[in-house]
Amino acid sequence: MTDRTVRKERARKITFQQACTIALDEAMAADDTVFLLGEDVADREGGGTFKVTSGLSTKYGTDRVRSTPISEQAIVGTAVGAAVAGMRPVAEIMLMNFITLGLDQLVNHAAKLRFMSGGRTGVPLTVRTATGAGGGTGGQHSDMLEAWLAHVPGLKVVVPSSPAEAKGLLLSSVLDDDPCVVVEHTQLYWTKGEAPEPGLRIPLGKANIARQGSDVSVITYGRPVGQVLELAEKLAGEGIDVEVVDLRTISPLDERTVLESVAKTRRAVIVHEAVGQFGVGAEVSARISEELHGQLAAPVVRVTSANAPVPFSKPLEDKYLYQISDVESAIRKSMA
Amino acid sequence: MPETTPSAGAPAEHPLVRIYRTAALIHRVDERMRGMLTSGELAAAYYSPRGQEVLAATLAHSGVTSDDYLVTTYRGIHDQIAKGMPLDELIAEIFGKATGSCKGKGGPMHVTHPDSGVMVTTGIVGSGMPIAVGLATSSSIRKDGRVTVVCFGDGASNIGAFHESLNLASLWKLPVIFVCQNNLYAESTAYANGTTAEHIADRAAGYGMPGVTVNGNDPEAALDAFTEALDRARAGEGPTLVEAVTYRFMGHYFGDPGTYMDRAQYEAALAADPVPALRALLRERGLADEEQLSAMEQEIAGQVEHAIAFASDSPYPGADELRLDIYREQVPA
Repeated sequence: MTDRTVRKERARKITFQQACTIALDEAMAADDTVFLLGEDVADREGGGTFKVTSGLSTKYGTDRVRSTPISEQAIVGTAVGAAVAGMRPVAEIMLMNFITLGLDQLVNHAAKLRFMSGGRTGVPLTVRTATGAGGGTGGQHSDMLEAWLAHVPGLKVVVPSSPAEAKGLLLSSVLDDDPCVVVEHTQLYWTKGEAPEPGLRIPLGKANIARQGSDVSVITYGRPVGQVLELAEKLAGEGIDVEVVDLRTISPLDERTVLESVAKTRRAVIVHEAVGQFGVGAEVSARISEELHGQLAAPVVRVTSANAPVPFSKPLEDKYLYQISDVESAIRKSMA
Repeated sequence: MPETTPSAGAPAEHPLVRIYRTAALIHRVDERMRGMLTSGELAAAYYSPRGQEVLAATLAHSGVTSDDYLVTTYRGIHDQIAKGMPLDELIAEIFGKATGSCKGKGGPMHVTHPDSGVMVTTGIVGSGMPIAVGLATSSSIRKDGRVTVVCFGDGASNIGAFHESLNLASLWKLPVIFVCQNNLYAESTAYANGTTAEHIADRAAGYGMPGVTVNGNDPEAALDAFTEALDRARAGEGPTLVEAVTYRFMGHYFGDPGTYMDRAQYEAALAADPVPALRALLRERGLADEEQLSAMEQEIAGQVEHAIAFASDSPYPGADELRLDIYREQVPA
């Protein structure tokens, strides 16, 4: 490759939504047991609400890209059954709130069949689902429910933070032998980032030190990661050196990376969009306290969205969401 | 097929004899399980299939092979035996032993044995149907010729998953048979007090698939219905809903006194108990004489005692099993 083409490749940017499509395309090309199902996912129905599956039914046929009726129990259950038979189904649940309708299949079956069968069967399915506040979609189309799922042993819960992350984590999820739920943030779909190398897979269950720092660890995942990285650059100008830990996978949680980071910085701020009560932040905070209590220079602080349903009214929705200004205050308080 | 299938070289048994052999095995296992639960030798959540033995045996001998998939419910021991599960592993699983088909981690409500096609046993009423649709979707994509049979009760036909599953299976013309073992009670609720359709099979019309109601305790009638549904599925013509009407002699769970059950209906069902009825039919038609039947039953009893001894003598699973089979890779300590 010439320097010029290398530069051109490096300059190539793709959206988060395109990254998800690339991951599915690569998985389908690599493994013919991979198939997609969900509402409107085939091209005849428009290639999915967020167009993530666009073009794939034309390329791979409607046997492998199956639009379904609006039947979440049947969608997730069909994925469970096909996975038990040895396929790698990827079910799209249009929005995460609709996962409630498929929870029996996800919680009672997908998560437990390997264990309950003594390892005789496995459930290598992936559920992709979109959600997130900020788009004015109100109380039933915006919730971040990853903590519910992370509470269930047997599920893997993945929340990517950028296009390259989405590509690598989704591809790994589809090719993983256990049930994975990948949460795609609706407000990230049209954001751009570096195009990943073809074939890139990011291992599940491993957190990423998105920025190295020595003063305070900000532990986060999903949409806030990019915002926290920007904040870290700003604070670097003031001499505050922030380490940013992107969890990538909520469950299984990469406890070791989190604890090593906090052992180094002795300060932890946890940031997520989901409401705070009984959330991922509470779990991470508990683990830090259990292991590092005596070493901490400041109490662990959580910055989350308000403990309320996601409101519709735009100014109110803005107030509901976690505030980057609150993250900044938390960091300063932690440093004080 | 079941372990009791005659050895190679033996003259082929009449289908009704084969059905009786399987039904008698189910009957014997169930009798011993209830006996041991009563005596305290066994502690388990147990849902007796008493009364549904002939139905399960008929289904198993209708042309279903060990490659075909079965999905059943917590009241599923009759289906699992009929599908050909090794008895030792099945009984050991009910005992919660490490030698059970699921290492004792599933128990009676979650028996799994893919080698004999027992893919999923669910404890959630109605949940097997979407899973069966998935197994059949896999067969449809792979064109592997397998048929998926999913058994459920009349109560499950009132769950949303039933309707979603029938619609999707019909839409995709999947090789699946929905077998409703209508035993007239949804837990403690009598059929008419919980279900508005005169027959469960009537609901098939809403999903553009054939629906047939048959006396599930009449092996000849049921055999025809199951065989036709299997043929349709194998020919790629899509799913069938077969409602096999039967009767649940015991309560919903072991220990349920069944005070809500109609006495006259119970007495009538008992008078037509399908296991002794089939036994009498074999003698009446000259398909087996008393000596042959006694010998068969004795052999079955020996097989069941062997399995019970195997289960009793087996160890319980160790604590390391709590970290195994959660994911494919072992969870770190």
